[in-house]
Amino acid sequence: MDSEVEVRSNALVVRLAGEIDIKVADALRAELETSLDRSRARHLVLNLDRVSFIDSSGLGVILGRYKRVSVQGGKLAFVGLRPAVQRVLELSGVLRISEVFPSEDEALSRLQ
Amino acid sequence: MKYINQLRMEFMSIPDNVGLARLTVAAFASQLDYTVSEIDDIKGAISEAVSNAIIHGYEGRPENTVRIVASLTTRGLEVIVEDTGKGIENVKEAMLSGYSSVPERLGLGFSFMQSFMDEVAVLSEPMKGTRVIMFKQLGRRGDYASEN
Repeated sequence: MDSEVEVRSNALVVRLAGEIDIKVADALRAELETSLDRSRARHLVLNLDRVSFIDSSGLGVILGRYKRVSVQGGKLAFVGLRPAVQRVLELSGVLRISEVFPSEDEALSRLQ
Repeated sequence: MKYINQLRMEFMSIPDNVGLARLTVAAFASQLDYTVSEIDDIKGAISEAVSNAIIHGYEGRPENTVRIVASLTTRGLEVIVEDTGKGIENVKEAMLSGYSSVPERLGLGFSFMQSFMDEVAVLSEPMKGTRVIMFKQLGRRGDYASEN
């Protein structure tokens, strides 16, 4: 799994690539926590455009960060969901507590 | 139901092998006429079952063995994922969505397996291990939208 982090306006934008499972869950959790600490961003935008697979271990990491962000009044948004990833997010109910946008720009303009 | 082909694999109980297991079983299952989304389902189910074996069955200890037997039949794919770890006291409770014995975990593993596969059975005995038997029927041809 690869990741790229950028702070844009008041959101932390994280672009992930590869497969998100138990193998990478701990490292991803640590990276997101560190980035959220440093950036003090309000919202979390996850660009999963290049993520081909996610399972419940990966979802656990995302939900944990959602809790943190929402406590601060922030939102969780997704960009670029492939069918397999979208299905897992739907099944887990994550899409009921987050928003999906067609692009990072759109997500950022709507999350103010 | 006639058996067409069978794959047996054993590997150490380490997280690196979760991806190996799901890709291997998915490649094997591709010998049958599954759709892309059905193969995605199979990957998801294997990932959950093997992760459970590593995290719960063996509690993260790497020196143990996870065993998979995948069979292609005229009706579809049958997969058995087996560990000889600590087992599950109450299988019914463990299979409930949202139940997890480990804090910080979602407890979605079994409910995902049930969503992805047509049949899921769990046999477990404390201190002996757990066996998850799953079946994915062929020819359902449902896409994501029509299944929901």
